[in-house]
Amino acid sequence: MAGAPATDEALRTTPLDSEHRRLGARMVAFAGYSMPVQYREGIVAEHRHTREAAGLFDVSHMGQAFLIGPDHETVAAALEALTPGDFRGLAHGRQRYTLLLNESGGIVDDLMVTRPVSAADDGRLMLVVNASRKKVDYNHIRARLPSNVRLREADDRALIALQGPKAAEVLARRAPDALALGFMRAAPMKLDGIDCHISRSGYTGEDGFEISVPAEKAVEIWRALAAEPEVMPVGLGARDSLRLEAGLCLYGHDIDETTSPVEAALNFALSKRRLAEGGFPGYERIARELAAGPSRLRVGLRVLGKVPAREGTPIEEPGRGRIGTVTSGGFGPTVGAPIAMGYVAREQARPGAPVDLIVRDKPQPAVVAELPFVAHRYARSGRN
Amino acid sequence: MTTRFTRDHEWIRPEDGPYAAVGITDYAQSQLGDIVFVELPEPGKQLDKGDEAAVVESVKAASEVYAPASGEVVEVNGALADDPALVNQSAESGGWFFKLRLTKPAELDLLMDEHAYHEYLETLREA
Repeated sequence: MAGAPATDEALRTTPLDSEHRRLGARMVAFAGYSMPVQYREGIVAEHRHTREAAGLFDVSHMGQAFLIGPDHETVAAALEALTPGDFRGLAHGRQRYTLLLNESGGIVDDLMVTRPVSAADDGRLMLVVNASRKKVDYNHIRARLPSNVRLREADDRALIALQGPKAAEVLARRAPDALALGFMRAAPMKLDGIDCHISRSGYTGEDGFEISVPAEKAVEIWRALAAEPEVMPVGLGARDSLRLEAGLCLYGHDIDETTSPVEAALNFALSKRRLAEGGFPGYERIARELAAGPSRLRVGLRVLGKVPAREGTPIEEPGRGRIGTVTSGGFGPTVGAPIAMGYVAREQARPGAPVDLIVRDKPQPAVVAELPFVAHRYARSGRN
Repeated sequence: MTTRFTRDHEWIRPEDGPYAAVGITDYAQSQLGDIVFVELPEPGKQLDKGDEAAVVESVKAASEVYAPASGEVVEVNGALADDPALVNQSAESGGWFFKLRLTKPAELDLLMDEHAYHEYLETLREA
């Protein structure tokens, strides 16, 4: 994920770029954007603060878009043609994680989908996709929509995440309705009198919120939240270490067009109804892998020493041979040790199985570990 | 003879006799961010000037550290195993990496002194 220092004039900026520079952020190029990798405190401090209090993230580089059609059934059906999820049955105000699949059962992107709170707004689904895949996703979707459904890109909106055990308490001071949201629920509401769309979800494993606002209001909302004593701005460096500890995939690293949801251990994204009915891209491969087991499986890896094992590191069965490859790796500040995720041959994917990670030509002992490394602490329920 | 500096942001400080301590500069540690592990050479290892001598792991990436001069590794900083953050806190003193018995002490004359190194940093900051 580390990028080159962002000096290229052709990089895009988010509406919060001036705030990051004012806060002394170190900027890097990421997915064509100039983004903060860290602020003055550094990655470890920002990571720890998010798990102890509240971290504030600019994620405006991600792609926000709307699928729009005559009614919910039509739009949901259009999305179901591209994914293995249940969208006809997605309730009002609910958010769901899903995967865009290709015909080989590989993953084009992972994304969040939200249905409006009220029936009056039905006929729309809001999508949030990865920044690095925006263009690919929009082209992929548009090429496969029926004539009465269209995709509208919402690139006039910013996205700000507030994550951590204090996030709810902080957000409630300015958006009291946020407390009524349970995990994976979303609604329009006012924050300091400004119209936002807020979901209770995120990419850290902690309780938290993602706040979608018109771009021209982003600075005002960022400054309001950043001024709260419990809140620290957090860059992409800590965003990566937080999601790695939470066992969450990063597209282009842990999942890509060659990995199926079964190989990626994302079976929870496969709707029972859709599996029974069939008819989504890659169904044959996915059904076969569910029945017979995939040939490889995404696992966690806990390094026993202190040497980080990064993407591309070979995984070996001790004394034998290659069984897989690391797809994400680094240092987990909450775990206090190096951690990684990767794919190994299914037979080796047993928690506790010893492996060697070959770092700079030397075998570093590790064990296959269950994910997440740090337990998720999502909200159990909203106030209502 | 005072501390000398390389363009790769290593420092080398002569001590009594043919010995010198080596580390990375404060500028280097601030560029790397939080350091989580330092891989040090084995005592007894023979290094030529410019050889890869150590590896510094930050949260995001690994970076090589090169020998500023030729010599034999005689001592390594054991404190870094338990506290790699010492390099961030004290890069140019307590966060030293290893000590060499220099085989070609004249190599140090070709390196920047502190004034020249700070001038060099200015050119990097202007870039």
